[in-house]
Amino acid sequence: SLSADAKSRPNHEVSADGTVLVKNLLKSTVAASTHELMKEGIDWCLSVFIDNSGVVAFDDEHAVCFKCETHNRPSAIEPYGGAATGIGGCIRDVIGTGLGAKPIAATDVFCVAPPDVAEVPAGCLDPRRVLTQVVAGVRDYGNRMGIPTLNGAVWFDDAYVGNPLVYCGCIGLMPRWAVKGRVEKGDRIVALGGRTGRDGIHGATFSSAELTDKHADEFSHAVQIGNAITEKKLLDAVMALRDAEGGCLYRGITDCGAGGFSSAVGEMAREHGATVHLERAPTKYDGLSPTEVWISEAQERLVLAVPAENLERIAATCADHGVEWCELGEFGSAGGDLVLLWHGTEVGRLSDRFLHGAIPMPVREATWDPAWAAQSRATTRQPKFAAGGRFRLGGDPADMLKVLDELLGHPNLASKAWIIRQYDHEVQGGSVLKPLVGVDIPGSGGGPGDAAVIRPKAGSSRALAIANGLATGLAADPYVMAIAAIDECVRNLVCVGADPTRIAILDNFCWPSCKDPRNMGALVRAAEGCYDAAKAYRTPFISGKDSLNNQFVTESGRVIQIPPTLLISGFAPVERDDRAVSMDAKRSGTRLVAVGVTSGRLGGSHFSLVAGVSGAAAALPEPSLSAGPAAAAAVARAIAAGLVLSAHDCSDGGLLCAAAEMAFSGGLGLSLDLAALPVDGTPSLAARCFAEDPSRYLLEVAEESLPRLGEALGGVPFAVIGTFNADPALRLVDGAASAEVPVAALAARWSGGLSW
Amino acid sequence: MVSMQEETFGYSPRALVITAPGINCDLELCDAFALAGATVETELLSRLARDPSRLDRVELIGLPGGFSYGDDIAAGRIMGQLIRQTIYPALAAAIERGVPMITPCNGFQIAVQAGLLPGPATGARWPERPAMPTVALTQNATARFNDIWTRVEIPRDTKCVWTRGLRFAAGTDLLPSAHGEGRLVADDETIESLRANGQVAVRYAEGDNFNGSLDRIAGICDPSGLVFGLMPHPERYTRWTQHPRWTRLPAAARQGFPPGLAMFRNAVAHVAAARV
Repeated sequence: SLSADAKSRPNHEVSADGTVLVKNLLKSTVAASTHELMKEGIDWCLSVFIDNSGVVAFDDEHAVCFKCETHNRPSAIEPYGGAATGIGGCIRDVIGTGLGAKPIAATDVFCVAPPDVAEVPAGCLDPRRVLTQVVAGVRDYGNRMGIPTLNGAVWFDDAYVGNPLVYCGCIGLMPRWAVKGRVEKGDRIVALGGRTGRDGIHGATFSSAELTDKHADEFSHAVQIGNAITEKKLLDAVMALRDAEGGCLYRGITDCGAGGFSSAVGEMAREHGATVHLERAPTKYDGLSPTEVWISEAQERLVLAVPAENLERIAATCADHGVEWCELGEFGSAGGDLVLLWHGTEVGRLSDRFLHGAIPMPVREATWDPAWAAQSRATTRQPKFAAGGRFRLGGDPADMLKVLDELLGHPNLASKAWIIRQYDHEVQGGSVLKPLVGVDIPGSGGGPGDAAVIRPKAGSSRALAIANGLATGLAADPYVMAIAAIDECVRNLVCVGADPTRIAILDNFCWPSCKDPRNMGALVRAAEGCYDAAKAYRTPFISGKDSLNNQFVTESGRVIQIPPTLLISGFAPVERDDRAVSMDAKRSGTRLVAVGVTSGRLGGSHFSLVAGVSGAAAALPEPSLSAGPAAAAAVARAIAAGLVLSAHDCSDGGLLCAAAEMAFSGGLGLSLDLAALPVDGTPSLAARCFAEDPSRYLLEVAEESLPRLGEALGGVPFAVIGTFNADPALRLVDGAASAEVPVAALAARWSGGLSW
Repeated sequence: MVSMQEETFGYSPRALVITAPGINCDLELCDAFALAGATVETELLSRLARDPSRLDRVELIGLPGGFSYGDDIAAGRIMGQLIRQTIYPALAAAIERGVPMITPCNGFQIAVQAGLLPGPATGARWPERPAMPTVALTQNATARFNDIWTRVEIPRDTKCVWTRGLRFAAGTDLLPSAHGEGRLVADDETIESLRANGQVAVRYAEGDNFNGSLDRIAGICDPSGLVFGLMPHPERYTRWTQHPRWTRLPAAARQGFPPGLAMFRNAVAHVAAARV
C-alpha cells in the first residue's frame, strides 16, 4: 500500500484487496490541501490553480502572484534559448494573470550533471556547457526585461546528464481590482506582441516526449526563439493599457505559451466560444498554414479580450510602444463553439463541451517498492572519504573539519556568486536582502542568504520574502522528500523574518516516466507528502506544474532516469523591510543556538556522498509534521521579539556547514561544542555535524537575550552550542579533543567551489 | 505621474524621465527624483520626438538604465542615434538653460552615443549638430555582466552639480553597478582634459575598479557640471535597506541620506537655489 492512511484522504477509494484508487491525483492532494485550508479560514488566497499564476493578498491595495515552470526539453537541446524562453514564458504567465501583473522578481533552479560526470552519452551536451548556457539564457532574458533574478539553487547529479532541469519562476504585483478578468461576448480577440512563425511548433508535444540520442534532429523545430526586448515592449504596453485613464482597456488577458493561440484563445473562449480569423495574425514570413498559425509557440505574444470601442486607444498605445497587434476575431459564436476561419473558409470547429469537459482521464498503475526506490537512488560514485577512498575517516574533530572543508566546496553548497552576479538581481530598486549577504567575501561578495527580500512598492516598507526548498537527496522516499522540501522552504522564509502564517507555496514535479508503476508510486508518495505537509504547516499551494517523462535512452538502449525531483517555491510578506534578518553572524561574544532535534540518520545527506554511510546511519531522516511547524512558529516568535541577530536554515551539509557559513559570512570566529545539542538517540559526532534532519535552525543570540529566547521558543528543543568570537577560526570541541581551521580558509573553499 | 513625497527645498522642480523600448530602470529613477523632492513625469522618446517642446518646461532630466533597443549594434547606439535625430536640440537648449541631467548605466552609454557627454569645451556653446563620441564604454575587464557594489570616491575638484561637495562615511561610501559594458576608455588627451576640467564626477575606489575603467573613472560630467553620466546606479541606493550590508551597519551609520539619494538632493537643491 502506498500510504497506510489512504482511507482518510480525499478522493482515495480503498478496495477490499487493499488497492487504492485516487481520482485525479494532484487535485486530490496538492490542490485539496489548499481548498481545505481555505475552508478552515485562510482568507488571503485570492486566485489559486485557475489562472496563469497563483494570487495572494499582499496588502489592502495589492496582490502578489507567483508562477514557476520548467523548460527542460528545449534546454537539453539548446540550453541558451531553452532557458531564455523558459523565463520569458514564465514572465508572460505573470503578465497574463487576472488583468495583468507587473513582474517584480524571478527565480531559477537548475538540476544538472556535474562536469566530471562519468559518461556523456551521444546526443547529450557536455554538462558544463549546459549550465553555462542556461545561466546565460536566464541572464540575458531577465536582465533585458529588467526583472531581478534573486533566488535559486543548483543541484548536481549524474542522472541529469540527458535531462537537465531548468526551473524558472516569476513573481508579479497587481492592484487587487485586477486579480480577475471576465471575457464578455462580443469582445474582440486582440493578439499583441511578437509575430507568429514556424518556431516552437509541437513544443508542447516535445515537452512530454522521452529523449533519445536522436532528439536534437527530431525536435529542433520545437525550440522557441526568444527576444526579451519584444517582451519588454509588450509588458510596457500592457501596463499602459491596464492603468489607462478611465480604467483598464480590456476585460481579459492570457499569454500564448504551450499550444500558442490554440490554448490561449481556447481557454478564454470557455464561456462564449470564439470566431477566429487565422489569416489576420501577423507572421514572420509567408507560407504558414492555418494549422501552423494556430499552434505555433512563437514567443512574446499575449491575447486580450477588448471591447470594440477601445480598439482605437489600444492601437495608439501600441504604436507609441512599438508593439504590433491584430484583431484575430471575436469571442462568441453561434452555439458557443470555437470556430476557426482561414480567408472566410471554416477550417476548424470544436464544441465548448468537448473542448473544456471531455478530456479523457487515463488510469495509471502505481506501486510503492521501497527497496527498488532505495536501490535506484544508490550512487555509484566512490565516496572520497570512505574505505578505499582517498582518506580514512575517524571520528575526531580534526576529521570533521576535513569533511567540512570538502562539503563547503561541494558544488551544491558552494557560493553561486558566478551565477548570481551575472544577474541584475537589484533592478527595480526593491532589494532588501540580496541573495548574497554579510561581509565582502573575496570572489563571492557575501555569504549564502536563506531567502531574498524585496520591497515591491515604492514608498511602502512592507516587504516580500522569496525562497525555495529542494530535498532531492531524499528521493529514495519521495514522501519524506516532499515534506523536507516544504520544511526547507518554510525555514528559509522564517529565517529572514517572514510571517509563517502567510506562506504560499508552489509545486513543480519533475519525474522519470510515470508509465512505470514504480515511478508513479513515487509520485503518489510525493503528492501525499505535499498534502500532509501543506496541511500541517498551513502553507497553501497556489500554483504548480509537472513534467513527468524525464528520462533519456542512450544509443545502446540504456535508460537514464532522473531522480524524482520536487521543487517547492514559496513567498511570504515581511512586516517591515528594516526588520528583515540576515544569516551572517553580527558580533563577537554572542551565542549560537541550535533549534530542533538532530538524529543519527545520514541517509541522503551530502556527508553520505563524500564519506559513505551504511547500516542504521544510512536511514533517511524522519520529518515530523508536528515538530516542523512548531519550530517554524517558535523561531518566528523569537525573531519578531527582536531576540535574533542572525538566523540560518540548517540544511544542505548539516549543522557544521550552516554554522561555518554564519561565521565566515560575518567575518567572525566560532567555537563549537555539540555535546548539548538536542538529539534523538545517540548520534555520532559525524551525525551531529552533518546530518540533514529537517526542521532545524541556527540562531545568533546575545547572551543577555537567552532567557527571553527560551520563553519565545516555548517547548521547542534548543541548546546553546557555541560562541562567536573575534579570533578568526572555527574551533570544534568534542570532550577532550578539539581542532580548528581559519574561517578565511573555509570562506575561500566555499567561494571557489563553483567559480566558473 | 509620481507624486512628490517630501518637499525639502521649498520648491518641487519638475523632472522628466525619458524612456524607450528596453529601458528598465525608469521607475526607480522616478522614485529617486520624488524622494529628493521633485515632481516627476515619464515620457516615451517616441512621443517626445513628436513634441520636443515638452522639454522646454522641465527643470531636471533623467535618462534611465536598461537595454534600450536591446543594445543592438552597440550599447546605447540606437537610442543615441534617435536622440541625435530628434530631441538633441531641445536637450542642448535645456542644458544651456541650466537643467541638470542624470544618465546612469545605459543612460550613460546613450548620452555618450548621443553626443551629450563629455560635452563641449569649457565655456563653449553646445554645437548645433551633436558631437561624435570621444569616450567609449566597452566590455568590462571581467568579460561578463557584473552585479556588484563597489566603494567610490568623489573627486574634491569635481564640477558635477550632482556629486560635488558630497562626503560619505566609510562603510557607506558605495554604489551598486550592474552592467557588462562599463569600462570607460578614451585617448590620453581626453582623459587628461576630463581630469583637468573637474569633469570626473565619481571614481571607483582603489582596488574596486572591477570593470577596468581608465583612471578608475565611474562617472563624468560636462564642463557645466549639469550633465552627469555614470555606470553605477545611484537611484538604487536611496534608502538604507538597499545597502548590501545594512544589517551589519550600526544605527549611527544609517543616519542621514544614503549616497545615491544625496546626489539627487544635490541636484534638486541646485535647481531650487538657481530659481531663487
